[in-house]
Amino acid sequence: MSQHDVHDVIAQLVPPGSRVLDLGCGNGALLAHLRDARQCTGYGIELDDAKVMQCVQRGVNVIQRNLEEGLSLFEDNSFDVVLQLDTLQHLRNTVDMLRETARVGKQGIVSFPNFAHWPHRLSVLRGRMPVTRSLPYQWYDTPNIRVATFADFEVLAEQNGLRILESFGVHEGEIVTRWPNLMASKAVFKFERR
Amino acid sequence: MHFEAPLPLQSGAVLKDYTLVYETYGQLNADRSNAVLVCHALNASHHVAGVHADEQGRPLPKSEGWWDNLIGPGKPLDTNRFFVIGINNPGSCFGSTGPMHTNPATGQPYGADFPVVTVEDWVNAQARLLDQLGITQLAAVLGGSLGGMQALSWTLQHPQRVRHCVAVATAPNLSAQNIAFNEVARQAIVTDPDFHQGHFYAHGVVPRRGLRVARMIGHITYLSDDVMEEKFGRELVGRTLGDAPNYSTQDIEFQVESYLRYQGDKFSDYFDANTYLLITRALDYFDPARLHGGDLAAAMKQALAKFLVISFTTDWRFSPARSREIVKALVDNRHDVSYAEIDAPHGHDAFLLDDPRYHGVVRAYFERIAQELQATQTPLTTSQGQALKVAV
Repeated sequence: MSQHDVHDVIAQLVPPGSRVLDLGCGNGALLAHLRDARQCTGYGIELDDAKVMQCVQRGVNVIQRNLEEGLSLFEDNSFDVVLQLDTLQHLRNTVDMLRETARVGKQGIVSFPNFAHWPHRLSVLRGRMPVTRSLPYQWYDTPNIRVATFADFEVLAEQNGLRILESFGVHEGEIVTRWPNLMASKAVFKFERR
Repeated sequence: MHFEAPLPLQSGAVLKDYTLVYETYGQLNADRSNAVLVCHALNASHHVAGVHADEQGRPLPKSEGWWDNLIGPGKPLDTNRFFVIGINNPGSCFGSTGPMHTNPATGQPYGADFPVVTVEDWVNAQARLLDQLGITQLAAVLGGSLGGMQALSWTLQHPQRVRHCVAVATAPNLSAQNIAFNEVARQAIVTDPDFHQGHFYAHGVVPRRGLRVARMIGHITYLSDDVMEEKFGRELVGRTLGDAPNYSTQDIEFQVESYLRYQGDKFSDYFDANTYLLITRALDYFDPARLHGGDLAAAMKQALAKFLVISFTTDWRFSPARSREIVKALVDNRHDVSYAEIDAPHGHDAFLLDDPRYHGVVRAYFERIAQELQATQTPLTTSQGQALKVAV
């Protein structure tokens, strides 16, 4: 699944003209796409120097910041949508970030690799941690310090007072709505504060 | 450039009949849309880039502009694309009307009677010069440190005239600690017996000792602890580390002392004491939030420009936290802003050095501005093609 396909899938969830905050915005491609195709405005947060420069090259507003330090730059409800795509699994303060996402945004969209995807289950059944396209690292050098399943997030969202508006899996560029916890390599949730 | 019309100052005083020196680089395009104003900091001038030449046109050694690593043909701020302007601020000592010039009211040098000038006054003076050059709107205003304050102030005083603002290693105002350092420097100068209440020109002396100490304290604050450690450590002058010291309280023992004294001596040779007082005061007074009850977001509301804010992690004189205050105020107003926090070891001085990450971001930002210009521009026709123009 190319990065572009994921962008299209996620972009469909963002209402045109939205004010967007993209946490861990990488090279700014999605924000540029949202700006050009859906007239969205807003900011990205990124830590990596090279990616910050790529955002500037794209003309995307980027703020260099470590997400572990929180979102104190932003007031409550200051964005229509806060994106946290493939970022959650790298953060130590997962719950704080989720709450912060819900605080500054009217809606949040989260995506992360689904640990319960069947090839991962198979691998664990065989007694080994999975090394797959969606989780491509060995256990000892993975940047994914949080691994979770599609079903796990539903529980966490419930515990933190979030109402799930939409949820589905994505696998090889296709949206997976049937047994996403088993059949999808990536989990996507759109939520708001209850 | 000479100005007959008096310049009203924030203090209520008036600067009548003044001259501003400036340099330009590159060519102004046909629709006058590619001008970039570069604002200078404490001890710098209008000579931002390029080198000076002797009468035969040969480049003079060590005459590079203070931001020559950033500005020039093919450099991050590319003078093949942009028309760059450096202006020496009034009150400075590099050619524009300042304390050593004649006060028309007395026929004597201004000295300490030169009126207090503020960042806002400088911006107004710069705007008048741009009027004369026929530039109604800047593609960008760029500055570091005190220059960054001027860049910020441009977007508030003349919001329609600035499309982009690049503010490097700066702050929305000085902290108490920062004012304190300035006060120590000023006290060093005014308590020098050669200061003569600021009228030392008439006595044929210069408060050299005061200037030296002022520069030394300033210099310490521009460097990080780490970079000083790396540069000097506990290195002794003329001896190796294991050797016994001189057991003297007056001799130069450590390399860092030698370095500071050298910097102090060099500075006192060329810098004017009254200018040092004026410029540190301009730093102290800058506080755009003051008229808004301390609310910086309210102050930044009127800006129309897009912003690039840059800070350096080891800069403790203008720390990243201060730049983030600017970013927050802009974000609160939904202004366009990008912010780079460069992990550089050099302290405040980093803004004058050529860190590739820092220069990369500046280059990327100006390339975007150049693309915008191309998109809106009528075909480019060359005006009189002078590569470097110095006008006095």
